[in-house]
Amino acid sequence: MSTPYAKLPAWVDYGLIPLINLAVAFLVAGLVVLAVGESPLRAAALLIEGAFGYGEGIGFTLYYATNFIFTGLAVAVAFHCGLFNIGGEGQAYVAGLGVALPCLWLDQFAPWYVIFPVAILGSAAVGAFWAMIPGWLQAKRGSHVVITTIMFNFIASSLMVYMLVDVLKPAGSMAPQTRTFAESGQLPRLDWLLASFGLDIGGAPFNLSFLLALVAAFVVWIVIWRTKLGYEIRTMGHSPTAASYAGIPQSRIIIITMMMSGALAGMMALNPIMGDQHRMQLDFVGGAGFVGIAVALMGRSHPVGIVPAAILFGMLYQGGAEISFEMPQISRDMITIIQGLVILFAGALENMFRPAITTFFATLSGGSGPAKPVPAAE
Amino acid sequence: MEYFDTLIVILQSTVRVSVPLILAALAGLYSERSGIFDIGLEGKMLAAAFAGGAAASVTGSAFIGLCAAIFVSVCLALVHGFASITQRGNQIVSGVAINFIALGATVILGQAWFRQGGRTPQLSGDARFTTVELPFAAELADIPVLGSIYSNLLSGHFLLTYLAFALIPFTWWVLYRTRFGLRLRAVGENPGAVDTAGISVTWLRYSGVICCGILCGIAGAYLSMAMTAGFVKGMTAGKGFIALAALIFAKWKPVNVMFACLLFGFLDAMSIRMQGNPLPFIGVVPVQFMQALPYILTVVLLAGFIGKAVPPKAGGVPYVKER
Amino acid sequence: MSDIAIELKGIDKKFGLVHANKNINLSVRKGTIHGIIGENGAGKSTLMSILYGFYQADNGDIFVDDRKTVIRDPNAAIAAGIGMVHQHFMLVENFTVLENIMLGAEESQVLNKGITRAREELRRLEDEYELEVDPDAIIEELPVGLQQRVEILKALYRGAEILILDEPTGVLTPAEADHLFRILEQLKAQGKTILLITHKLREIMAVTDEVSVMRRGEMVATRTTAQTSVEELAELMVGRRVLLQVDKGPASPGEVLLSVENLTVRDGRGVDMVKDVSFSVRAGEIVGIAGVAGNGQSELLQAVSGIRRAVKGKVLLQGEPIHVTGKVDAAELRHRGLAHVPEDRQHMGLVLKFDESENSILGYHDDPKYLSGMFLNIDAIRKDAAAKIEKYDIRPPNPRLKTANFSGGNQQKIVLAREMERDPAVLVIGQPTRGVDVGAIEFIHKRIIEMRDAGKAVLLVSVELDEIRSLADRVLVMFDGRIVGERSPDTGEGELGLLMAGVEDAKEAAE
Repeated sequence: MSTPYAKLPAWVDYGLIPLINLAVAFLVAGLVVLAVGESPLRAAALLIEGAFGYGEGIGFTLYYATNFIFTGLAVAVAFHCGLFNIGGEGQAYVAGLGVALPCLWLDQFAPWYVIFPVAILGSAAVGAFWAMIPGWLQAKRGSHVVITTIMFNFIASSLMVYMLVDVLKPAGSMAPQTRTFAESGQLPRLDWLLASFGLDIGGAPFNLSFLLALVAAFVVWIVIWRTKLGYEIRTMGHSPTAASYAGIPQSRIIIITMMMSGALAGMMALNPIMGDQHRMQLDFVGGAGFVGIAVALMGRSHPVGIVPAAILFGMLYQGGAEISFEMPQISRDMITIIQGLVILFAGALENMFRPAITTFFATLSGGSGPAKPVPAAE
Repeated sequence: MEYFDTLIVILQSTVRVSVPLILAALAGLYSERSGIFDIGLEGKMLAAAFAGGAAASVTGSAFIGLCAAIFVSVCLALVHGFASITQRGNQIVSGVAINFIALGATVILGQAWFRQGGRTPQLSGDARFTTVELPFAAELADIPVLGSIYSNLLSGHFLLTYLAFALIPFTWWVLYRTRFGLRLRAVGENPGAVDTAGISVTWLRYSGVICCGILCGIAGAYLSMAMTAGFVKGMTAGKGFIALAALIFAKWKPVNVMFACLLFGFLDAMSIRMQGNPLPFIGVVPVQFMQALPYILTVVLLAGFIGKAVPPKAGGVPYVKER
Repeated sequence: MSDIAIELKGIDKKFGLVHANKNINLSVRKGTIHGIIGENGAGKSTLMSILYGFYQADNGDIFVDDRKTVIRDPNAAIAAGIGMVHQHFMLVENFTVLENIMLGAEESQVLNKGITRAREELRRLEDEYELEVDPDAIIEELPVGLQQRVEILKALYRGAEILILDEPTGVLTPAEADHLFRILEQLKAQGKTILLITHKLREIMAVTDEVSVMRRGEMVATRTTAQTSVEELAELMVGRRVLLQVDKGPASPGEVLLSVENLTVRDGRGVDMVKDVSFSVRAGEIVGIAGVAGNGQSELLQAVSGIRRAVKGKVLLQGEPIHVTGKVDAAELRHRGLAHVPEDRQHMGLVLKFDESENSILGYHDDPKYLSGMFLNIDAIRKDAAAKIEKYDIRPPNPRLKTANFSGGNQQKIVLAREMERDPAVLVIGQPTRGVDVGAIEFIHKRIIEMRDAGKAVLLVSVELDEIRSLADRVLVMFDGRIVGERSPDTGEGELGLLMAGVEDAKEAAE
């Protein structure tokens, strides 16, 4: 039997190791900054200043974070069932239809607080649908959900270009986007929330969907850890053998999980469409589906970790914009690099530092190693 | 004759577009046949395209550009290999990470070094690959049908194009007629069989990954030094994923890869050609549908509706001596 | 030139806390067929893996042909002339026979030359040893017996002088097994040395010249086959242990609650692991199935508990049929009063990453008493878990502790508490005390007896013969997928051991 990982105290497992992975990711990113001739420390300072230094910055940070909370939750929910949903990008994109169409149909006669719930249902339903097909294919046909969701991302892209260019574009307009929504198709901003902390939101589109995202995080926590469905999902994710022992209907759970995942990714569309741009534009998702992967990995697939991780990436996005003003060499694409590095170190290489840390703790506790090992069963 | 000329033009375009697909799909073939899933073809190709464009513009030599492209791609491949083989990490996650790192780094470095908004300078002269005319191409051009095929379709491509197509039978030969190919295929199906035969599983898998890197490097070089004259931000535009789809569609077999890539390249060429023009019976097909077709076909295949796509049995699973 | 092909001196190997090989000494003479016999877990496989270079021993030396040889990897073993025929074949399923044999010994980069030579050599081997097989056949299309021939040819092709065969007859029909033995005799006649690992006494007596017995990691004895007997070997293999006395009153069995008829279960390789098995279990009795692991007990348990589909047969639970050949549904069986303590508690019976309370409802998580609507009633679950912890003395008594942190014995108690407290009609248990400390063993045995006294039908599968003898009211012995005998639990160890090792009519064996 391969050497089992000796047991480390929980705080090391869930706190220290992820932190180290994160630190290494940032270290490597710092090297890239150096390679383009800038100072990593100054960049870091600009980043933090831009993200948290003033009201508008915070507003933007939280606006971006809203996107990532939704997509991070989407990836995390699928992870709990042992599925890798890379399709968040496509699911969010297509879900834009579930947001834009209610707005376009209803914004002349209904107030925002009627349109908003319809849009929530619409985005969730469309996102769920887009994820259900790969889910069904995995459950019933054995098609690898990673490959199918990648394919569906591209199909979504083509579909939405077609919709925006050929179907939804107002006649006579050149830009591939819907018409701008009337005021009732726009979500109220949360300027009052920041004002209560003495901050001026400025022009930041920090809006109501942020609260929805927090609610979603809470609901995900409840569902995954406090319902029978969540119990079955987690069992499947940890051990399909135990799931079959326990009589859990595996196909059904896979499909339901993917639908939930797709619904969460879909709700992300509310933020840019109703909360910021007030219309649906080409590529409004802008990579958020992929950031969700990094956020879920960093946050260890738990809402308590995802929300801060999402805010961290929001900070990177906003602070990154700030950096690119002062340091034109470092554009927004730096964030993409950091995102990739976080995914690499928190994901594929997550156990790289574990042996060293285990040895470190073993020597600390006097050589006999941490926690008594369970004797290997025959 | 008009239809024929149109056909030739479309086929020319098909060939041009399929070359990076063929190279990238072959790259994926080597890796996945050895048991290492690689969805980072896109990132490696992109990084290679950048490295090639940058090196060629600085040194003025396309050949050095090609070497740089291969070098960078192999480095990224080794990162993926390290994460997947030595660290036994999640191969999908690693591939996704590499795509992002390449995407961001190429722009940042491009902007820092060349200050042209993320692109490398226009290549010209020796810094770029040129097309090659087959002997007597001009003289034979007027012969009906065959002449046109010879001088327009077969002649006049880049060296890399001929290389890509030559690599198909070469890969077939390597895979099925050499010791290396036998072992590579074995390690992707049953690494235990390879281990007990006294062959190093790790070594073999790293070899597969390095081959993947080399081929992605050539693919990238083709993009930035042959097909276009320089690197442009995000120039792979999903080709790495189409190549992956083609590889799966081809059921991981070299000759099928060629046909799949030509098919997808043809669909791409047709979609541009057909823009707005109605097809008989069907009417106007939206260009986006043609663009999505390779992906839709792959999903249909994966769903098992047109035969089964059986990946290498040990694919995606890190090898642990299980006892 | 001595006549010792292989000598092992002081081989010692630990895996964590498990001491797999304890100071093993072994001497194998050239040109003989040397059997190594022992139950599962005796350490035979580990020892052979060390010999083949899969593992390195912590201590000890290997001598091949009197030369000290360091075997660091299979390459070194092959170079030393050692070849291995694995229990689970190491073949590439979609390659041809020829490709599999050539793997690792291709001769040159370009295969063509090697192929011609390989075909010739293969033909020669086939003729010499009666090992016909079509070199261009694809492995996955060959029957299992032929696949094994390819494994043997692989080893011979690499020039093995010493052949290790690890439980070779598990997948063969009796006719194929006999053919294999003829081949082994041929090989011996050619001067090869053969190590035959098995738990089947019939094979040992039929084919070996010498036999070494392993038990619990130790080399217990070596005998010349002609000078020993099945009884002696059975006793050595199974051992004499202090019988854990359990206070057990007589059984008073009631009606049949579980009835198994003509059950046949096939595994993924197409081999029938359970062959036409029939038996029944009544209320208030414990039926123990004895046997060495790998004789179909696992598949039997899985089919009866709704985890694995059977190919043929009927199973009746409290008189009503289970869809044993159709869609399996473990949940439905639970609702109908069947509880299952699985053999593999760590991967099947528990989710180690869950906390104790979450595991205490695994399989029963849809019971309304644990739910309020669709939500888990955490309070009720924890209270329930706490009650079970107290009743079953599970330590540490913390329902919120991650299950991986409990010792083996306590993990098993978690599973038992969960299954027993459901008050099932039928309780199916596999390996209840594997990896469990002595104190917990006694506790677990008491509980099982209590279940029986409360009128439950208990089906107990265990590789520990002592456990079966002390708990069961009736003992069925399973060998090679069949029930080969029913005995009362106070039947002698020797007789039971013989049945377990495949000697069909135990009484006739002493001829």
